[in-house]
Amino acid sequence: MTVQSALRRRGLLERLLATHSWLVYAFFYAPIAVLVVFSFNGGRQVSIWQGASLRWYRQMLQDAALLSALRNSLIVAVVSTIVATALGTATALAMERFRFRTQRVYEGLLYLPIIVPEVTLAAMMLVFFIQAFDYIGRITGTPPNLSLTTIILSHICFNISFVTVVVRARLAGLDPSLEEAAADLYANRWKAFRRVTLPLIMPGVLGGGLLALTMSLDDVVTTSFVSGPGSTTLPVYVFGLVKKGVTPVINAVSALMLLASMTLVFSSLLVQRGGSARKSKAREKERAS
Amino acid sequence: MARRSRSALERATVVTPDLERSETRAKSRRGFLLALPGYAYLMIFFAVPMLIIFVYSFGTRSATGRTILGDWNLDSYRRLFDDFVLSVMWRSFWLALVTTVICLVISYPFAYYIATRGPRLRGLLMVLVMIPFWTNFLVRTYAWRLILGRNGPLSALLGFFGIEEARLLFTNTAILIGLVYGHLPFMVLPLYASIERLDWSLVEAARDLYASGWKAFRKVTLPLSMPGVVGGTILTFIPSFGAYIEPELLGGAQTMMLGSFIENQYYAVSDWPFGSALSFVIMVLMLVGTIVYFRKGGRTA
Amino acid sequence: MADRGGELSEIAVELTGVSKRFGEVTAVDEVNLQIGDGEFFSLLGPSGCGKTTTLRMIAGLEFPTEGSVRIYGEEMGLRPPNKRPVNTVFQSYALFPHMTVFRNVAFGLEMRKVPAPDIASRVEAAIDLVRLSGMEKRKPAQLSGGQQQRVALARALVNQPRVLLLDEPLGALDLKLRQAMQVELKDLQERLGIAFVYVTHDQEEALTMSDRIGVMHQGRLLQVGTPEEIYEHPRTRFIADFIGETNFLPVTVAAAGEVRLEAGQALRAITHGAAGTAANLTLRPEKVSLFPTAEAVPPGWNCLLGEVRRRVYLGNSLYYHVDVGPAVIRSRHENAPGVPLLAEGESVCVAWDPDSAEALEG
Repeated sequence: MTVQSALRRRGLLERLLATHSWLVYAFFYAPIAVLVVFSFNGGRQVSIWQGASLRWYRQMLQDAALLSALRNSLIVAVVSTIVATALGTATALAMERFRFRTQRVYEGLLYLPIIVPEVTLAAMMLVFFIQAFDYIGRITGTPPNLSLTTIILSHICFNISFVTVVVRARLAGLDPSLEEAAADLYANRWKAFRRVTLPLIMPGVLGGGLLALTMSLDDVVTTSFVSGPGSTTLPVYVFGLVKKGVTPVINAVSALMLLASMTLVFSSLLVQRGGSARKSKAREKERAS
Repeated sequence: MARRSRSALERATVVTPDLERSETRAKSRRGFLLALPGYAYLMIFFAVPMLIIFVYSFGTRSATGRTILGDWNLDSYRRLFDDFVLSVMWRSFWLALVTTVICLVISYPFAYYIATRGPRLRGLLMVLVMIPFWTNFLVRTYAWRLILGRNGPLSALLGFFGIEEARLLFTNTAILIGLVYGHLPFMVLPLYASIERLDWSLVEAARDLYASGWKAFRKVTLPLSMPGVVGGTILTFIPSFGAYIEPELLGGAQTMMLGSFIENQYYAVSDWPFGSALSFVIMVLMLVGTIVYFRKGGRTA
Repeated sequence: MADRGGELSEIAVELTGVSKRFGEVTAVDEVNLQIGDGEFFSLLGPSGCGKTTTLRMIAGLEFPTEGSVRIYGEEMGLRPPNKRPVNTVFQSYALFPHMTVFRNVAFGLEMRKVPAPDIASRVEAAIDLVRLSGMEKRKPAQLSGGQQQRVALARALVNQPRVLLLDEPLGALDLKLRQAMQVELKDLQERLGIAFVYVTHDQEEALTMSDRIGVMHQGRLLQVGTPEEIYEHPRTRFIADFIGETNFLPVTVAAAGEVRLEAGQALRAITHGAAGTAANLTLRPEKVSLFPTAEAVPPGWNCLLGEVRRRVYLGNSLYYHVDVGPAVIRSRHENAPGVPLLAEGESVCVAWDPDSAEALEG
């Protein structure tokens, strides 16, 4: 094989790979693009273009049930993310920096929610709550119902694992002698954590929190199993609509949900990159004063 | 430990093995307490539910659809071997397998391409992959319903080429497209992570040695990226197997998959023991499969 | 083996019966040690000999399984590192990556709630001391290895510790830089007048910088002494082998002051054991001279006939490897003008002053 033919082969391969990659990107974004385009569709036919219009957006904003579902989604997502991030971070710290009995058992327990199929998890939570309500009802006389609380509790369940995995990865990459140095320099355990460990794992904590938020906002299966009549979340509401029959309002809702997600991602990226810049600026200000 | 004895320890003269041991134990205890909240939470809200579902799988469905615990039996498990159930399981398995293979074939060159770009471009390209991933899963699957619909854009496009009345929606193919679309990022990410970490000097050396790019790939690049392949395969196969949304939105009555089947048992049919047996069995299958696969394919990040 | 050398006005660090066991493994075995005020003390030994563990026990990063650690007379017991009057320079420097040089150096002072204006002046002084002025606003990732090392030093010294602990701080630097830093560190220590406890596996480094050296091997402290004592009079074969270069001849002790080779020939040497014990005659290459004939050898010197196997040219010195039968003896010569070079295969007499060779056991 001459040098030239080898180079030509390489060149051809490169071009093939590049073409393939662009096609994949097109595959990724085409459905999203189609959805957004059709959300501005003027006609009642879901998939036949009939001129541009904002009517579906207007209709969406007047849909009380939809707005209520959106509100529920946000409440569930924020609460479950905060709790799961706190629990997950503490767990990650405990697993990486300490050794205690039954650690192996806990390790296995942590990975199960990720491996277990969604449907099984959903069924587990439903059965658990119904059974628990039965007992509580027998003791107090008034059995509770499926509600936002049951949704939140279920979301926290699988989100702890995600946060732990992300924070642990970040923690594992940290030089353990950093914390020793902090101790050597007169920091007690709490100060060492707050001034050294926490700032350095913060990207992991935020990343894990963001992941939890996304998982929670996205969740359909588990939520639909454990939600009651008054506690629908947005994805479950949309799911219900789609199953009943496709109406164009769904396009508008979907387009807005896409926009919201993308905004979330961008702002998180900015926060992570801007955070470090802001921190050093603040330090310099302190020093000058 | 009382504060007085703590400072007494600090003033202690010589250290003895007992003191060292109690100090080690104190540290261990601190770690345990730190993990306790999460530990307790998962015990109560995961381990216990798993137990309950296991118990339920041995129960019976009453005439009105309530669950009777007590008259323990293996009926639900026996029904797992019914023709219909087996066909549903087989379809789920088959679709998941095909999905995984297609995802792997598409993702590997894709991940390879991205991983071999410059550092800044790499980051940007991966962000472009992640953005659709961060958007709502339901919405993205719904988009395909739109596209594949009877009067949808894809039909219109095919009609343009002379193919009329193409039945796209509510078929196995539609579900497959939805599954592949939904799970591509799960395959791309681990592959990318694994390829990006490769020691390229080994690949260069192999290229010199074998004088053939393809051979170097087969003997060096591919084996070294195996952890990524294993991780991606698991992350793709398991959710696909128990998928619920794709078959519900894109499939029809004849193309039922496990996910919908189980959901049916809890709502429409109200046969909780059977649903629980199904849930428990696929969980065990997935667990065993994962462990076996891990052992054979090495460990992933 | 307790050992005291020189004049110790006060004892900075005292270890008594200190052991550290991790389950079945004994990392440090009954170490007794006294380090004096203002002394540059090195813990020297190969990897895994327990020197770093010992250092960490002084710092408080590990607690002994048993034994006593006293700093200026105060028993440390189970005191955590943040309550000990010592500071450590870590092998990996352990600079906080998210803080500037200034904040890194100021950290210890902030933890002890020193008022802000004092912090500023002390930090500036410390940074000046290690000659890094102007780098205060940089982050560790923007510094070279040598600069990072100096920040670590400043960060420790700004707290005015009574003892400074250094864990192989120069390991990551290249040769020229390392040699320059060795001089700087020694200088610094003499100026500051505080005790330095320096862990290293590089025997040349230890010999260059230390007032006294403690040689460790497999958890035990084998010998403590000044560089000359360790070099000229190593107590065990291991130490003789580890420090500098040594020739070994297997011998048996015949009587006090006399040993016998396997072939039977008698040699005079410094002996320790009783007659009949097996030992190794240790002989430093620079103590070995080569003579063309046995007659040319000074009276009273030992002489072994041998053949030159190899000549090694090192620029400032020459080594001859001479085969005398039971071993190949290395002999070191200055590359001085006018000295004739020996050829391979030449027959020579390997000779040395009996008082410069010791029969060591082990």
